[in-house]
Amino acid sequence: MCAVLRIIVCVFAAALASSAAAQNDETTLAKLIRDLGQKSFAKKSEAIDALVSTGDRRVVTVLEAMLARNLFRRKADGAILLKFDKDGKAVFQDPLNQAAVADTKKLKKVRINNKLRKKLRGVIGSLSLQDKDPAKRVSAADAVFKSRVKGMSGPLQAALDTEPDDAVRDRMRRALGAIQLVHSSNPDSRIAAINTLGDFIDPDVRSLLNSLLVKKSDGVFAEPAKRVRDAAAEVLHAAERSAAFWDAVQNLFQGISLGSVLLLAAIGLAITFGVMGVINMAHGEMVMLGAYTTFVVQEIIRTHAPYLFDVSLFIAIPSAFLVAGLVGVAIERSVIQFLYGRALETLLATWGISLVLQQFVRSVFGPTNREVGTPSWMQGAIQTAEGLTLTYNRIAIIIFSLVVLGVLLLVLRKTWFGLQMRAVTQNRSMSSAMGIRTGWVDAMTFGLGSGIAGIAGVALSQIDNVSPNLGQTYIIDSFLVVVFGGVGNLLGTLVGALSLGVFNKFLEPYAGAVLAKILVLVVVILFIQRRPRGLFALKGRAVEN
Amino acid sequence: MMRRGFVLPYLTGTPLGGRILIGVLVLLAVLVPALNLAVSPDSMLHVPTYVVALAGKYLCFALLAISVDLIWGYCGILSLGHGAFFSLGGYAMGMYLMRQIGDRSVYKDPVLPDFMVFLNWKELPWYWSGFDVFPFAMLMVLLAPGLLALVFGFFAFRSRVTGVYLSIITQAMTFALMLAFFRNDMGFGGNNGLTDFKDLLGFNLQSDATRAGLFIASALALAAGYLLSLFIVKSKLGRVLVAIRDAESRARFLGYRVEYYKLFVFTVSAMMAGVAGALYVPQVGIINPSEFSPANSIEIVVWVALGGRGTLHGAALGAVLVNFAKSYLTGAAPEYWLYFLGALFILVTIFLPKGIAGLISRAPDSRIGITGIGRRLSQFFARRAL
Amino acid sequence: MSGIQRARPKPVNADSKFEPILYLDGVSVSFDGFKALNALSFYVEPGELRAIIGPNGAGKTTMMDVITGKTRPDQGTVLFRGDFDLTKMDEAAIANLGIGRKFQKPTVFESHTVFENLELALAGSRSARASLFFRLKKIQADRIGSVLETIALMHLRDIQAGALSHGQKQWLEIGMLLIQDPDLLLVDEPAAGMTDAETEQTAVLLKDIATNHSLVVVEHDMEFVKSLESKVTVLHEGSVLAEGSLDTVQNDERVIEVYLGR
Repeated sequence: MCAVLRIIVCVFAAALASSAAAQNDETTLAKLIRDLGQKSFAKKSEAIDALVSTGDRRVVTVLEAMLARNLFRRKADGAILLKFDKDGKAVFQDPLNQAAVADTKKLKKVRINNKLRKKLRGVIGSLSLQDKDPAKRVSAADAVFKSRVKGMSGPLQAALDTEPDDAVRDRMRRALGAIQLVHSSNPDSRIAAINTLGDFIDPDVRSLLNSLLVKKSDGVFAEPAKRVRDAAAEVLHAAERSAAFWDAVQNLFQGISLGSVLLLAAIGLAITFGVMGVINMAHGEMVMLGAYTTFVVQEIIRTHAPYLFDVSLFIAIPSAFLVAGLVGVAIERSVIQFLYGRALETLLATWGISLVLQQFVRSVFGPTNREVGTPSWMQGAIQTAEGLTLTYNRIAIIIFSLVVLGVLLLVLRKTWFGLQMRAVTQNRSMSSAMGIRTGWVDAMTFGLGSGIAGIAGVALSQIDNVSPNLGQTYIIDSFLVVVFGGVGNLLGTLVGALSLGVFNKFLEPYAGAVLAKILVLVVVILFIQRRPRGLFALKGRAVEN
Repeated sequence: MMRRGFVLPYLTGTPLGGRILIGVLVLLAVLVPALNLAVSPDSMLHVPTYVVALAGKYLCFALLAISVDLIWGYCGILSLGHGAFFSLGGYAMGMYLMRQIGDRSVYKDPVLPDFMVFLNWKELPWYWSGFDVFPFAMLMVLLAPGLLALVFGFFAFRSRVTGVYLSIITQAMTFALMLAFFRNDMGFGGNNGLTDFKDLLGFNLQSDATRAGLFIASALALAAGYLLSLFIVKSKLGRVLVAIRDAESRARFLGYRVEYYKLFVFTVSAMMAGVAGALYVPQVGIINPSEFSPANSIEIVVWVALGGRGTLHGAALGAVLVNFAKSYLTGAAPEYWLYFLGALFILVTIFLPKGIAGLISRAPDSRIGITGIGRRLSQFFARRAL
Repeated sequence: MSGIQRARPKPVNADSKFEPILYLDGVSVSFDGFKALNALSFYVEPGELRAIIGPNGAGKTTMMDVITGKTRPDQGTVLFRGDFDLTKMDEAAIANLGIGRKFQKPTVFESHTVFENLELALAGSRSARASLFFRLKKIQADRIGSVLETIALMHLRDIQAGALSHGQKQWLEIGMLLIQDPDLLLVDEPAAGMTDAETEQTAVLLKDIATNHSLVVVEHDMEFVKSLESKVTVLHEGSVLAEGSLDTVQNDERVIEVYLGR
């Protein structure tokens, strides 16, 4: 009987103790939460720290509410209440158990200052270090990096030890390095932290390292130990070189992207000029028509078949080709064929057509920009640790332009039509004498060139505004590509477009967008002096005449 | 230089159209100011001041058109960037007028124009110096476009860039200048340009008398420009230009330095355009970078094409006609102006290769004139029927 | 270019040393891999009338292009009167040196009248300033008149050149060449498109010109070449195949194999 009694007493005592402990935990938590209502910001800060170290998950909700200014203190008893929006009405509840609270008289918002805000962010973030979602863990680690709260090194290290994902581990190491650098009193461990940070060369790390080398107002360096400063400087140097390299890569990407756009826009022009010797000033409007076709296709999909939105571009491409191509053939048959052989007159007549087209689109669709959406699979970007951002839409356009070029080359080299086109380019009278219907070839060529311009419009709608002036923005660039790259050779157009695009983008960081454009123009003008027929010109007597 | 045996054939050699042009100009130069200043505003004969300014503007455009016809109609150089020379002359005049404002500007700085004060500039940039002196500014009206034409032409013609390639790079040239002048830090007023002028040579720009004076000056400049161009095209140099237009390499093989001939006429044309711009600016009261736009330059070409290229007086006529239509349409039915202009380009190039002056002319060429069009249309349909 | 007259050539007999008026040595030109001229070497003596014949693609026109500065040779020497390196000069400079060319396809100035065409070709200063203030002197007008007589176009003097027939354009171009008064005339297929009578007249005219000019004539028409009674050079695939009188050349086996046959 004694034994049973003892067991019962033990169990009872344990139950009591645990409930007491729970009670204790509960009361500690509640007390700490009440502490959040104190007037002094410093005391609030301490309360936050204390809450964090309890490790209780519910703390996150409370702190998030505090950050969002949804935490209120009841004046009567100092209780802390959480504001919650239910169907537009404000409802107050107990922060720990979410029970609705009735007595809401005399509530005062719990105020925070910037320092607290920063702390809260860092702390809330770090509490997400153990979240199930790796993306949330990454952003938690980055938040810790930003806030560099000393108390977070513990949780960080703990999270780091159990973290399975390598990418997340890297971000955590980065954050840990920052904390170590800022808070450690030992110069060697600061140097170790610098070396860790040396793996990450993003601008935030660089500015952190830079801050060590800054002199405070009293003339003393922010970082007292010289060898630490040296380590930082060395890492910075390497980081800056690396950053410069990656900047150049980014510029190269931007340049290739611009080049691919120019290629699409100019290729049609190169074909019509090569085959027919016609400079089509309405070419930009063909691009514009393609962009507007995309808009119309998307509008129709939006209203009648929204589930097709993601393939809208695949529908828009052939539509734009048709629309622009038909308009092109119409222009050729109605105007250009009467001006055969008179290149300057054709230039003027097509300028007139471009004015008419622009005004027409302006009357139908209005002069303002129209909204063209990006399908989901083209949104977003590849982001590398080095800060490189390769957006999917631009990558898609680069690939697309190369595909278009490839298809065109196939058409030119392998099809019957392509053969006729090439023959007419090289020697019109001879082709005609051999029975090639040059008039028909002209019309089809013009249609093809315009159709490709229409496709270019589809691509352009993804990265630029769709307005009646769209054509005018790209026409001069297209001309320059054709003039620079040479005529009669698609390879010339490719090289011309890419080089002009890359050249432009490399100049931009130094000269600004406008000046870069001016310089490109000047360079092309000067280039033409040395090679009046462009990079890859057709040679031989027939062409001269 | 003007020997008797020289002047007489020159004067009698002026085509009918030219004589009409000079006659009309003399008449206008006398009548318009008289009807504006001497006749009371209530009378029906009174010419309102805004008409004087508008007409003066047209005359400047006519001079600009002649400058383009000189190189295009006679030498085959299609410049799609002549607006650049017009604008440079305009800016030179504008800079002079800005300096004249002195402390009557909004910021009341006696030396710095308002936009420079606004940009926090402390002193006048070096390239503005001298523009407070009228003769210097007038010299720059000629030199700025002239030098640009000289340099640009030297490079372009020496490397034998012709045809559409040349047209494209003239377009690129004016486009580049437009971008440059739009920049605020260039020191030319940025996208607002130069405006708010007060007076020229002490004469208040708003007064009727000054406007009349500017009108007369424009008429005189147009007449002078016409006569100068006529002198050039009637000389052997003019005949060489036509030869270059028709068969450039043949001209080379005859020993003519084609580059220098082109450069000469291109530079003269640019300076004429500059003068036109300089007279234009005080009459409209503003010069801004959109004057450099390629669209403006291309429009000049349709003036010449419509009027009749290769005639000089035709270009002047075309300029007046198209701009009159523009003033009317942009007021009455603005959406239709661009349709009209576009249609003009298309129809003139197809049906009126010699322009209006060609319609009226009695040349034996069977491709022009009303009967000529009829003949060509019937030929066209006959071909289709076969 | 200043002065009214361009420099006149040294009289042919003043120099005892042999100096060809035109000297080509090892001239090669290729277009995109195709060798138009292949180490071409030949020379023309001052005052000589030389006929050049050869099958199509032999390089005759390219040779003319090289001499007149239209095409720059890849290799080789081209000298005019032993002094002037033609490969370093452009068309206008070469023309002003005293070399005139008549093209295969008659290129005259279509918008100008016959008279004006000749006036433009008239020997004299080519500078822009001279042209601007140019007034036709009586002696010059007379010269134009006499050339018009020679080419039998006097009755068409005020007609636009564009309205002339093909044969008349050829004559006009020959007239322009005459009035240019060059020391060396390069004539590319002067008999093309002409009637028999016209062809005969052309031969007479050219022989007359040759009495105090140097002439190089490219032709296909064998009768015409025969009537010129000159030394003949045969070109084949960009180089000289044979040279000599027409009889010698016509009996040369290589020439027969390659070209004549008949």
